Amino acid sequence: MAKDFTVATHAVTGETRKFREKAPLKKRFKQNWDCYLYLAPYGIIFFIFTILPVLMSMVLSFTYFNILETPKFIGLDNYMNLLANDDIFLKALQNTLLIACITGPAGYIGALMFAWLINELSPVMRAIMVTVLYAPSLSGGAIAVWQVLFSGDAYGWANGVLLDMNLIQEPIQFLTNTDYMIWICIIIQIWMSLGAGFLSNVAGFRSLDRSQYEAGYVDGISNRWQELWFITLPAMRPQMMFSAVMSITSAFTVGWISNSLFGIPSTDYAVHTILNHMEDYGNTRFEMGYACAIATVLFVTMVLLNQLMQKVLRKVGQ
Amino acid sequence: MARKTKEINVEKIKASKKVFNPGPGRSRWGNIINFLFLCFIGVIMLFPMIYIVNNAFKPLDELFMFPPNFFVRNPTLDNFTNISVLMSESWVPFSRYVFNTVFVTVVATFFHIILASLAAYVLEKRDFPGSKPIFKIMEISLMFTATATAIPNYIIMSKLGMIDTYWALILPYVGSTMGLYLMKQHLTSTIPNSLLEAARIDGAGELKIFRSIVMPLAKPAWLTMMLFAVQAMWAQQGASQIFTEVKKPLTYALNQIITGGVARAGAGAAVQLIIITPPILLFILTQTQVLDTMASSGMKD
Repeated sequence: MAKDFTVATHAVTGETRKFREKAPLKKRFKQNWDCYLYLAPYGIIFFIFTILPVLMSMVLSFTYFNILETPKFIGLDNYMNLLANDDIFLKALQNTLLIACITGPAGYIGALMFAWLINELSPVMRAIMVTVLYAPSLSGGAIAVWQVLFSGDAYGWANGVLLDMNLIQEPIQFLTNTDYMIWICIIIQIWMSLGAGFLSNVAGFRSLDRSQYEAGYVDGISNRWQELWFITLPAMRPQMMFSAVMSITSAFTVGWISNSLFGIPSTDYAVHTILNHMEDYGNTRFEMGYACAIATVLFVTMVLLNQLMQKVLRKVGQ
Repeated sequence: MARKTKEINVEKIKASKKVFNPGPGRSRWGNIINFLFLCFIGVIMLFPMIYIVNNAFKPLDELFMFPPNFFVRNPTLDNFTNISVLMSESWVPFSRYVFNTVFVTVVATFFHIILASLAAYVLEKRDFPGSKPIFKIMEISLMFTATATAIPNYIIMSKLGMIDTYWALILPYVGSTMGLYLMKQHLTSTIPNSLLEAARIDGAGELKIFRSIVMPLAKPAWLTMMLFAVQAMWAQQGASQIFTEVKKPLTYALNQIITGGVARAGAGAAVQLIIITPPILLFILTQTQVLDTMASSGMKD
C-alpha cells in the first residue's frame, strides 16, 4: 500500500510536489526511510572528515589541547593571544589578506573573462585553449619548476636571462629576498587560479540558449558588450556563484605554495600565511587548541565572504 | 601546378573565414584580436610546462649552461635512466611506491564515485525529510577543502587510530563534497523523473535503478569525479599522515629527488614531467564529459 502511494506521488510533477510537501512529516519519513540507508555510507564519512573538523575546531579553540592530555577549557585565551600577543599571526593575516585580495578577484575575473573569450573561438581551438589554460591547476604538483625558474644562482632562468641582458650585475635572491617573495607567491597563485570555477564558466557559456541572443538583437542589442551585460551575465549567475566559492577557497588556502617553495618558516615570515601558521602550531608544536582557533578564524572569514559575494552577484545585470 | 596553389589559397581563405567569421554584433578585427590575445595568454600559462618538458630532456651540460637555454638542443633520456638508478639505491623498492599511489588512488576514486553518487541520487530524486538542509550543508562545505581542515582532521584520525595507514589518505577524499555536488546538479538536468517512475512501476528496486539507469546515464558526471579524484590523489604526499617509508606515496618519493637540489637537477626535471603528465592526459581524454558535467554545476538560489 505504502509503495503504491510513493509511485503515485512520484509519477506526477508540479502540483503533486506541493501536495507532497504538505504531507505529514511522519508519512514522508515512513515512505522514504530507505533513503537514509543509501545516504548513510557517504554521509557518515562526510560528517567525520568534513563537518566534524569544523565543529571540533570551534570547540577546541576554547581549550588548551596537546593531543595527549585531555583538553583544558581556557575560555577566550587562544583568541586573545592571537590578536594581542602573536605578532607572527598578524603578519600572516596581513600576508593572507594581501594575497587573497589580489589573487581572489584576479582569478575570479580571469576565470570569467577567459571563458567568455574562449567561447568565441571555433570548437577545436576552444578545446585546445581550455586544456592549455586549465593545465596549470591540473599540474599542481609541479610547483618545483618555479624553484628552478627563480633560483637564486645564475642557473635560475630568470636570473640567467637578466644577467645575460646586463640588466642586473649579480643574481637576485628571489626566494629569500623579502621584497620579491610575496609577489612570486602571488604570480604562482594567479597562474594556477583557473580551476574548477573556470571549467564551470566555460561550460556555462557553451550551453547558453542561442535564441535568447536572437531575441536580444531584435530588441536592439548591438554589440558584444551589451550582449555580455544584459543577456550573458544574468544567465551565467549560477556558474558565477559556484566560481566565487572556488575562488574564495583557493585564495585563502594558499599556504602550500610558500610551504614547498620558500620553506617553513620563510625568511622573516615574508610569505607566512594563516594556513602556514596553523600548520606550524598544529603539526610542529602540537598546540592543537591554538591551531584550532586559527582554523576557526579561517572558516568564519571564508563563510562570511561567501555570503557577501552571493549578495553582490544577485545584483548582476539589474 | 599553378592551378593547385590557387585552389589551396581559396581553401585557406574559406578556412580563415570560418575561424574569424564575425557573427551578429561581431567585428572581424575584434575576433582576430581576441584570438591573438588568447594565444599570448596561452603561451604565458604554458611557459613553465614547456620549461619542464625541455629540462627533462636536457643533458647535464645544457642544464648548467650560462646564459640558460630555454629549448633543449641535444635531447637525451639520461635524466629518466638516472631516476631508476637513484631509485634502485633506495631500500624501499620503487615498485612499492608505485603500488601505494595506485592502490590509494583506485580505492579512493572507486568508493568516492559509488558512495557519493548513491547519496547524490537519493538527495536529488527522493524527497525525504531533511534532504534539503543536508544538501545545503554540503553546498556550504565545498569551501572546507582538505587543506583548510587538515589540523582538526589530524586529531580525528589520530583518535581513530588511522594515522600511518592508507585510510588516512583514502577516507577524507571519499567524503569530499565536490563530487557529490557535481553529481547531484548533473542528475537534475539529465535524468527525467518520469523515467525513474517507469522503472519503479516495472518493479525495479532503488539499487537496481541506481545501477542500471542512473549510473549509465550519468557517465559524464562520474568521469568528472574520476578526473578530480585522480588529480587530488596523485598529488597526495601524505607528509603529515604517513610516517612509515614503505607506505609513502610515489609523489613523496619523487619529490625527495627534487629536494636533492643542484646535483639532482636533471633527474628532478624528469620527475616533474612524470608528476604533471597523468592528470593532464586524463583531462584531455575526458574534456568533453567534464564540460558536460560542469554545465550544470551552477548554484541556484
